[in-house]
Amino acid sequence: MTLKHKVTVMNEKAIGQALRRITHEIIERNKDVKDVVLVGIRKRGVPLATRLQSYLNEIEGSPVPLGILDITLYRDDLSQREDQPVVHTTDIPFDLNNKHVVVVDDVLYTGRTIRAAMDALIDHGRPATIQLAVLIDRGHRELPIRADYVGKNVPTSRSEQVEVKVHEIDQVDRVDIMET
Amino acid sequence: MQALRRKDILSLEEISAEEITLILETARSMREIMLRKIKKVPTLRGRAILNLFYEPSTRTKASFELAQKYMSADSVSVAGSSSSLVKGETLKDTVRNVEVMGVECVIMRHPVSGAAHYLARNINASVINAGDGMHEHPTQGLLDLFTILDKKGRLEKLKVVIVGDVRHSRVARSNIWGLQKMGAEVVIAGPPTLMPPDLEAFGVKAYDRVEEAVENADVVMALRLQKERQDCGLFPSLREYAEIYGLTEQRVANAKDDLLIMHPGPINRGVEISSSLADSPRSVVLDQVTGGVAVRMALFYLLLGGIKEE
Repeated sequence: MTLKHKVTVMNEKAIGQALRRITHEIIERNKDVKDVVLVGIRKRGVPLATRLQSYLNEIEGSPVPLGILDITLYRDDLSQREDQPVVHTTDIPFDLNNKHVVVVDDVLYTGRTIRAAMDALIDHGRPATIQLAVLIDRGHRELPIRADYVGKNVPTSRSEQVEVKVHEIDQVDRVDIMET
Repeated sequence: MQALRRKDILSLEEISAEEITLILETARSMREIMLRKIKKVPTLRGRAILNLFYEPSTRTKASFELAQKYMSADSVSVAGSSSSLVKGETLKDTVRNVEVMGVECVIMRHPVSGAAHYLARNINASVINAGDGMHEHPTQGLLDLFTILDKKGRLEKLKVVIVGDVRHSRVARSNIWGLQKMGAEVVIAGPPTLMPPDLEAFGVKAYDRVEEAVENADVVMALRLQKERQDCGLFPSLREYAEIYGLTEQRVANAKDDLLIMHPGPINRGVEISSSLADSPRSVVLDQVTGGVAVRMALFYLLLGGIKEE
């Protein structure tokens, strides 16, 4: 099944603006960023979290810790997938206890990845809050999960795919909707 | 390579370099879990594993059991001496009975070479060989590769010396296959009576003198000397063995400065290796043990974590 391009919903400029807006929302919601930590979900949540970290640093002037989370071992669909996902390393080199953890991912869809991420985070400690920042919310939730910070809401059908490209991995910043 | 397309882990002779690379990379991710306060991931919830040890084991058995717990699998361990083996039941019957209780993976150590292969052919569950006679001990080989890779950053073109009773050692056999597949050069040293008769088949060079073998070596691995071999007359005495082949600071002086000292355990201090060398900063004996748990967690994920191919 090959997918073809339907529409581009965000370009480089729109992605930059959305991440800057989310940065301000994180600061506003948490009063300051003293106890805020960022955790990017592999794979494309990581470069997005890294950008939020540098924007937060620009505004607040104090570095916010950044961790990397691989949720493979917490997936609920391992026994249903033909292609076994490769396990990558989780790297959260700081204490999560009593922190405000902002989980960062590219697309929020069924909510199952975020469920897995929350289970993984709680194995690392007891955060004061877990908040969720995503670049795209495409709907179709299968679990009672919502994002605290959304770059853009994009209504989609289930047969479509949302492709987030970031220049750190894909050499370009763009969000495309693909259809069959 | 993304997934291991095999049911069992029986030997490193029959595993490809790509598969070894995948296992070692997965193990690196698993080691992070061991550093957490809560050393547990839910990946294998509800999966049952049997540990069947027909030979004594402390380290390997504890390592497999902890790896199972860290992955949230349920497991039972049976020791040979307390099992129905002593009541005359055949291996196949024992395991088939356990299999119908829902076990999906069997870890087995057995005194007979080829026992793990026999078992794997006869049951549907995955089999991991935890040592079969004088044949192989693949998870030990993998954890040794993992430790070397972790410390040296590569395996390719390293010179690894294995010293001791290579002839009777399943650890040596797994290491020779695994290291050569990953591009390392393996040489062996020890008394001629303890060298394997079919050296050509392994493609390794054998030395009588350890001093010669370790010249320019990156890694030296001492094997445990099994005292029962002395009774067969293969070497005169432990003391004499230690005098000529025991690893000491002086004996490995010709190796590279950043030489790694390895031993699969349990160590006979003052026989295969001097105490000071075993406890020196160059010794990675305890890193091997840590790596063993990570490698076994990786194997459980790779064998049981995905969809089961019928």
